[in-house]
This record gives sequence, C-alpha cells and structure tokens, in this order.
Amino acid sequence: MVDVLRYRTDEMVGDPGVTVDSFVDPVFGQTNASAVRLEPGDDARALLPYLDRLALVEVNFPAYGDGRGYSSARILREAGYTGELRAVGDVLIDQLSHMHRCGFDAFAPEHAITREAADKAIATWPEVYQRTVDGRQPIWALRHG
Amino acid sequence: MYKYDNYDQQMVDARVSEFRDQVARRIAGTLTEDQFKPLRLKNGLYLQLHAYMLRVAIPYGTLSGAQMRLLGDIADKYDRGYGHFTTRQNIQYNWIKLADTPDILADLAKVEMHAIQTSGNCIRNISSDQFAGAAADEIVDPRPYAELLRQWSSFHPEFDYLPRKFKIAVIASETDRAAMKLHDIGIRLRHDDAGAIVADFYVGGGMGRTPMIAPLIGDGIAIDHMVTYTEAALRVYNRHGRRDNKYKARIKILVHEIGADSYRSQVEAEFAHLQTLELEPPAAELARIQAMFVPPAFDTTAPDSVDRSDPDFAVWLDNNVHAHKQPGYALVTISLKPIGGIPGDASADQIRLMADLAQKHSFDELRVTHAQNIVLPHVKKADLYALWQMLEANGLGTPNLDLITDIIACPGLDYCSLANARSIPLAQKISQRFADQGRQQDLGELKLKISGCINACGHHHAGHIGVLGVDRKGVENYQLSLGGSEGADTSLGQITGPGFSEDGIVDAIEKATEVYLVKRENGERFVDTYRRVGMAPFKEAIYG
Amino acid sequence: MKILTGNDLKTGDVIWWTGYDWSRHVEDAVDVGSDADTILAREEATRRVNASYAIEAQKTADGVRPAHIKDRIRALGPTVRPDLTLKPTDPEIGNWVI
Ligand code: SF4
Repeated sequence: MVDVLRYRTDEMVGDPGVTVDSFVDPVFGQTNASAVRLEPGDDARALLPYLDRLALVEVNFPAYGDGRGYSSARILREAGYTGELRAVGDVLIDQLSHMHRCGFDAFAPEHAITREAADKAIATWPEVYQRTVDGRQPIWALRHG
Repeated sequence: MYKYDNYDQQMVDARVSEFRDQVARRIAGTLTEDQFKPLRLKNGLYLQLHAYMLRVAIPYGTLSGAQMRLLGDIADKYDRGYGHFTTRQNIQYNWIKLADTPDILADLAKVEMHAIQTSGNCIRNISSDQFAGAAADEIVDPRPYAELLRQWSSFHPEFDYLPRKFKIAVIASETDRAAMKLHDIGIRLRHDDAGAIVADFYVGGGMGRTPMIAPLIGDGIAIDHMVTYTEAALRVYNRHGRRDNKYKARIKILVHEIGADSYRSQVEAEFAHLQTLELEPPAAELARIQAMFVPPAFDTTAPDSVDRSDPDFAVWLDNNVHAHKQPGYALVTISLKPIGGIPGDASADQIRLMADLAQKHSFDELRVTHAQNIVLPHVKKADLYALWQMLEANGLGTPNLDLITDIIACPGLDYCSLANARSIPLAQKISQRFADQGRQQDLGELKLKISGCINACGHHHAGHIGVLGVDRKGVENYQLSLGGSEGADTSLGQITGPGFSEDGIVDAIEKATEVYLVKRENGERFVDTYRRVGMAPFKEAIYG
Repeated sequence: MKILTGNDLKTGDVIWWTGYDWSRHVEDAVDVGSDADTILAREEATRRVNASYAIEAQKTADGVRPAHIKDRIRALGPTVRPDLTLKPTDPEIGNWVI
C-alpha cells in the first residue's frame, strides 16, 4: 500500500477509484461511486456533471513525462470540484510544486516521499507568474495591487 | 530594456537554488540519470558528444552590454574561451562541468539572465524580430508582448510536460525576420480596422522531419486576451497532442491531423472558458513593461550622411547596415561568419568587445539574430566608420550579411550527439569556395542553411539552398534542397535528388549557382529564379 | 572488439573503460567481450560513469579505434577545433577520425 501525502484535513476516502468509463456509463455505470480514477487519455470534462457526488479523483501518472494529468486537474478545479484530487503513480518530488499549483492536494507516489521533503518541494516558488487554481495571487496582481 | 524587479529576481534565484539542490542529489546518487535528465534539460543542460553543454536564454534576442560581457566571462571562467550563438537567439557553451552549473546559473542571475526552459518539453525561450524597436516598418515594439509571454510561460505549472518542445515567436511588422510561421505559435501584432493592436496567431508551424507552415488559427485576437488565448492553444495541445510517437508529438502534427478548423474550434471553446477565470495580466502590466522599452534618447541633430570614400567600408555598409527609423542612426549587423570560420562561434574576447561597442555606440544594447549574427541596433551614422574599423581589426567585419557565405549551420557531428554528419566543415568549405567578394555580391541574397540531422536546427528546409546531413552506412552524406524560404514568402525547400559526399555537395551547390546566373532575369534573387524556372534545369546541371 | 564508453558524471569528459577504471584516452580501452552489461550496470550504480554504452571497435597498430565516426569524433574532440582535441599539437592525429 502506497502512503498518501494529503494536504487536506477531511477523512480520507477508502474506496478505490472506478474508471471513468464505468463511472459515466448510463446503463451499467457505477454513478454512485464516490471515487474515480482518471487515466491520462480520459476526458476530465466527462466528470463535470457529477462533481458534487465525488469525494476523490485519482489522476494517474503512469510516466512522469506525460503531462496530461496537470490539465485534467486544473479543469476539475476550474469547474468547482472541491473533493480530494490525488496524483498517483510516477509522481516525483520535483513535480510536486507544479502539481500542487494545478489543484492536487494529495499525492500517492510509487516511490515514497517524506512529508518534510514534500513540504519543501511545494514551497519551491516564493511567488508565481500565473493565476491557476491554487488561490495564489500572481506576480502581476501583486505589482498592481 | 526590461529590468527585473524583486519578484523576477526572486524567481531566478529560486531556480538557481532548486537546481543546486538537484545537481547535488544527482552527484550524491539520490537521483538517477533518468530522473535527472528532464530536470537538467529544463535548465538548458544537455549531455553532448564531448561534454555537458549549457544553453543560456537570451529572451527575444535582446541583451545589454553588461549581460554580453558576462557571457564572455563565462566562456573564459567555465568553458574553453568561446561560445556558440544559435538559431534560436540563444548562446551555448560546449565544455561545461556538471558541478559548475549551479555557479554559472548564479553568475547569470546577477545580470538578470538564466537558462530556464531552454530545453525540455516545455515552452522555450520566446523569440522575436532582431530589429525590434528599431525597424522602420514595425507598428509597435513586439518585445514587451514577448516579455509578457516570457513571464507567463516561466514555470507554468500546467505546461511543463508537454508532448514535445514548444516555440513561440512574436513580431510586429509586415516583414517577418523571425521565421514566425515556422514556430509552434507565431504571433503577428497588427492594427485592426479601428486602429487597435490585435494579435494574429499562426499555430502549428515547424521544421524537423515534417516541416509545416503554420496556418492562421486566431485571427485578430484582442491584445488584452493574448495570454489567455495562448493558454487555450497550449491546453488543447497538452491534452490532445500525440504522445505515442516522439516524431509526431509536435503541435504541427496535431493541427495537421485534426485539421486547422477543428483545432481552432477547440481552442475557441477553451478560450471562452478560460476568459471567465481572469488569467490575463492587466493593461497596467503591459504598460509597466512597455515603459522599459521606450526608445533611447536619440540625438535628433545627428547627421544623416555617411562618408563612403573607403571602398572596403562602403562594401560593409551596403551589406551589413540597415535603415533605422531614427534619422542619423543605423542598424548594424556584426557577422559571425568570417570566411572559413565556424558559423555562430565567438571568442570570449570578441564577445566582450561587442559588449564594449554596444556600450559605446548602441545605447548599451545588442541583439542575437536567428541567423547567428549579432546586431547593434542603434548606431549613430557618424560612428559607423570607427565602429567598422574596430570590428575589422578583431575579425568581426565580414561584409557578407545574407550573402552565400552568411551560412547558418548547426553544430552537427562535431559537437551534437544526435547528428548524422558534420555541418561546420561543410560550411567552411562552401565559405572558402565562394570567398571572393565580387562573386558573392554577384550572387546577391542567397540563404544557405545546413543541418546535421533531420531535427533541422540549421533550418535547412527554409534555405534558398538547404543541406541536410544524413548517415549512409556510417559515412557522412549530404542531401541538397532548393527553394526554401522564411519570412513573408515562407516556403519549404525541395530535395534535388540523390545525396552527395562532402566535396560533391560543394560542387553541386556551385553548379546550382551557375544555373541561376545564366537563367536569372532582372533583379531576381536565386530563390525567385528557382521559383520561376523550377527544379529541372538545376537538376540537369547538378546530376547532368 | 567491444569497448565501453560514457561520460564522467561530474566533468562530462568522454571516458573509456580500461578493465579496472575509466580513461580519457581511447587507446586505453579494453575488449569487454560479453561482460558489457554487467560492467555498465555496476559502474553506473557507483556513478563512476554516466550515459554509458558499448560499441564496436578495432585494434590497430596505433591503438583502439571505434567503428563509428561518431565515437571516433568523441575519442578525439571536434574536428573543426584541433586546438581543443586531446592531442592539439599532433597535426596528423585527426587522420583516423574521418
Ligand atoms: S540539426 Fe541535428 S545535428 Fe544539428 S544541432 Fe540539431 S540535433 Fe544536432
């Protein structure tokens, strides 16, 4: 069992995420599931009608170099998703700050990362240039009050 | 020129310490090379044929004298006394030690420079018109817009693991000096009918193994949505660009495969959505940046005439000096293509000399061109002769801009681990063959470009004459193409036929120029004649 | 013969496996027969070499010469800057590279 580094205070959802296909299928779908797992090729927007009943979305990174999950995460947060957004798989320490900026608030890396190292990684950037979904004010906003 | 404020400085400083930590972890063994590689690439550090190579960003090709001087000092302190200016308006050092790189980046940060995102599958250094801010034909200086995009793209959290590298160019004049349509995104700023500045987005151009000219995707995007539109264009690419095959992963393949219309409508949908999220920096931010790009304090009484009595000086004037929008001033291009030299290379001393000359004669400003030359953008006409004498005395006065010996050549197999064949020795041989100034002058504008492999860093597809190095059973072989061009008349070269040995291709190029001399009509350039008469007569002369 | 090459992790120098260590001179390279993978795995793990691989080479009167031009250029240095090669003072040295 991989340790989950969580940056939220609510109870952790124990259920394993079901696939997007099985979640949204109108006939055989498990639309009552509360956890879904997004693969890189899945369309995050397929989940938008169901966000209020989801407590956990796992976004899988089979290889760290496949960056589609960053867009998936932002799309969910931009649509108002407030449940847990967990990056799983080939999640490396040097990616944590960007993942966090895209809305991930939990990480289940294949190779364990200590909490201390993760905290430090997430704090890499003193300020940021872009507005994303992490609530930070971009530098341009700070410059112009 | 742009000046960092505390925020910008903090960001590059944060990057230096992040990379110092990553290098330490690699040397200690907690990072494997597989894990380290993407991290070092995002700081421009490659492992090349002989050593590590560091690529330093020169945003939109503009630098100050102090920055240029530091580039010379780095060449002495950490490398072997020279640097290589690239077709992407960057500089590369060929003999870097891994353990030194954090210190080099720290030195760079002191003069507001960095190597951020000069490699890797992310948004690369933004390029622009090398004559920006001085060209007579621009509607506005494009560099503040490029700076806005530089900041937006720096450490962009969503776009750090794109399917492939991503190159953006911004221009603001009718004449395209930045090969804008051969970029992943080329932005041309123009006036709309009401006189407002708008941005045309050309998306999906590129060279490499499948060269494509970018179609117009965003037509007249309001300037206060430029960043948001770029974000939308990138998100569609990040989500849908191919990741199954590295050779099909550039955005040009996506746009080509789904079609420009389908790509456009996806971008428009994403754009509509993103506009609700207030991602765009305010107009005040653009104004803040623009205030740093105000024209220098030109001497409005400077005489507009030049004494041409020295014939060698006159040749250089005619070839390397362009009209400036300010009377009494000129744009000077310093050729880094001496006859028989290595295209784009400059010694530490030459780099420092150019820094001094910029301080003395060009309001402390220089530009790097995608043709691997250096521009002094604001030189008083009255200073031109003295400047030329200094350049001449230091091997920098070659009067060959846009002539056949002004060859663009990538590092090729002498330095590059991806190469199939050497580019530099070929450039040197061609340069020597056509060394005679009268002959070069007679051939007129002739853009010759050489790449050592299909990655096309030497832009061979866009050469009036293009050469591509290939590996034929372990022996270097060269393919010749004709009729490529960049700029307003962008076109892709056509391959003449079977390839050549190193000497064979020099002969073939010479034959092609002879066909041109015979066939040309009034005022035609090589590429015009080729377009009019077609490949057949060239083929016949070359393969006979 | 099969020889091993790579780059020094810290300096980036091109290096060749001598049987017990790494040398900057291709002349010191030894035939590793079928042991390439074992040696490379061990040497990469101890970080004595980076980006290493095995190549074909021939033993000649003048020393070991890699079969492919790319590795011959790596063995010497850039052909366009003889002053920066391993043997800058020997005008004949480049003759076996091309
Ligand atoms: S074109 Fe090929 S050989 Fe030339 S620099 Fe690019 S990758 Fe290297």
